[in-house]
Amino acid sequence: VTTLAVPGYLGPQNQINLLELSVEKAIVALGLAFVIVSGEIDLSIASVMGLAAVLVAWLGQRGVPFEVGIVAALLAGAFCGLFNGYWVAIVGLPSLAVTLAGLIAYRGLALLLVEDRSIGGFPEWFNRLGQQPLVGPFPLALVILATFLVVATVLLQFSGFGRYVYVVGSNREVARFSGVRVTRVKLAVFAISGVVSAFAGVLLAARLGAVRGSTAEGFELDIVTMVLLGGVSIFGGSGSMAGVILSILVILNLRNGLALANATGNTQAGVIGALLILSVLVPNLVGAARSRRRRGRPTAAAAGQSPQVAE
Amino acid sequence: VTGLFRRVRPEQVRELTLVFILVAVAAFFSTQIPNYLSARTFTDISTGLEVIAVVAVGETLVVLTRNIDLSVGSVVGLVAYFVGTLLANNPALPAPLVVAVAIALGGGLGAVNGAIVAFGRVPAVVATLGTLAIYRVALVELSGAKTVTTDSLPKWLLDLPRASLFSLGDLDVRTLVVLAALVVVVFQLFLQYLPYGRRLFAIGSNPEAARVAGLPIQRDVFVAFLLSGALSGLAGFLFLVRFGNITVVAGQGLELQAVAAVVVGGVNIFGGSGSMVGAFLGAALINLLQQSLLRWPVVSAFLQDAILGVLILLAVASDKVILERLRTRWVRARRRDDERAAATAAEQASPGA
Repeated sequence: VTTLAVPGYLGPQNQINLLELSVEKAIVALGLAFVIVSGEIDLSIASVMGLAAVLVAWLGQRGVPFEVGIVAALLAGAFCGLFNGYWVAIVGLPSLAVTLAGLIAYRGLALLLVEDRSIGGFPEWFNRLGQQPLVGPFPLALVILATFLVVATVLLQFSGFGRYVYVVGSNREVARFSGVRVTRVKLAVFAISGVVSAFAGVLLAARLGAVRGSTAEGFELDIVTMVLLGGVSIFGGSGSMAGVILSILVILNLRNGLALANATGNTQAGVIGALLILSVLVPNLVGAARSRRRRGRPTAAAAGQSPQVAE
Repeated sequence: VTGLFRRVRPEQVRELTLVFILVAVAAFFSTQIPNYLSARTFTDISTGLEVIAVVAVGETLVVLTRNIDLSVGSVVGLVAYFVGTLLANNPALPAPLVVAVAIALGGGLGAVNGAIVAFGRVPAVVATLGTLAIYRVALVELSGAKTVTTDSLPKWLLDLPRASLFSLGDLDVRTLVVLAALVVVVFQLFLQYLPYGRRLFAIGSNPEAARVAGLPIQRDVFVAFLLSGALSGLAGFLFLVRFGNITVVAGQGLELQAVAAVVVGGVNIFGGSGSMVGAFLGAALINLLQQSLLRWPVVSAFLQDAILGVLILLAVASDKVILERLRTRWVRARRRDDERAAATAAEQASPGA
């Protein structure tokens, strides 16, 4: 539809531009996919992004070299991820509650660092990383996204670790009895999610050129949508990186198309919210209708199943 | 100790602990902040509870069934804006009608959530994360970026927040605070004594068993979401009364506070256990901490979110580690009592036979 409505839409430059505008979210979606496939959820991603962005800027302002600041931010991301993972994998708490606490607490730490100020004035090379093309027309963030895509696909789809993530997500008990170290796999997926989010946060800081306590606030809706729309089940155990990549492209194009057709940012969020619900609702309804036709009448099994949140 | 142990249920242990922590926190801050134990503090904290307590009651209903409602903040904002505009255009509308409109609109939005989750079998996190965005957009579109301002509202509404029902010495007990407390008490009784309330526990603690037992799960979950929406609608009215000025970001983030209150109040996020009184005490503790930290010069006011996060984590962890153990011991003690009673009954019956 958007192709028809706006001339020059499918041109490579436009596609690169619109990828650039949400490249950080796309990167985080790749990390979050691991967590969701393992049957958990991480709501703290956007707060970790914000914390990492703020940490780099805050350390930079205090005279710490930016290279050190970036490493510190990545370590902070790993720490946040492992902290979430500790409570989920070792203590056995629900990830929804743990990462909700993380969402609030990590954002709180970011606010504590900058209070209500904004920090800018980054070194030239750092800003250039985020804002100027590096290889051909592609800026660093896009190169990193492409690299991460390959790494994440190989790791989830073609490695032993990836198989473990699927097994843990589809049935924790079976995984444990087959000798999969469930605790370690869960810790690892949360650590991946934390580090990747911190990485994306640093990239975001470089692209924006200034950070506030509220940087990346509310990004979790878009990122979770990217993963779920790509066919990754919220109950864990199924989904693929290819699906996530396709849904990233769909969402970016949709947002961009809506923007070009003069819809406000909020309307775009609404359309994506509706898409998220429909992506689960439609297959359910089709499935229910099909089984009804097959049996000739509404079945008790189809009608009586209970809705549940993901564990 | 065991006698006491048998009489106090694990949920009540949780509630008593919360009361104890509330008192301890207040006592601590009273040594730190001059004039802390004053009528003003009481009014600040009690009025700060009005909106969140009502939202938390609705959230509890949903969480008990092993679901979650993340759209409550958007519902509060949308209803507050809608009712505010309605009143600005028709200042002569009677108050009960306005409240009824707020509850009905909230209930409608909640019914949409309920239908998607219960009948469409979409996981509640997904469904309400979607409607969180959709309802917010509806508000933005409806408002056209205009805001409801205090001067467009009728006088009775503006006087309502400062209206007191009665006074205890210096302490003014505001009418709306009483209303919110009434909602908590009514729903607590309703959970404890109505068959519907008991079914919510059954559904949440074991959905499969509830299904086999033939409980109307779909209908009950649908109604839980509907009630959560209706209560958020009522909270939207309270929000309008409390703040007067309603912008497009009204109520944003309330869903986090509501879930936090519910979890801190000892409602199990996996459903099946918890109480309205607990959720209310959770909301009270969070509110007390937030407002006290604002006035405590020792730490930055910006620390409050970090503390809130840690508090949620501690609450969930203590629930898992301590309450689970208490619950098993309680069940075991009850079973032993039952067995002993059965044995005595058998003994008494045998000589006669």
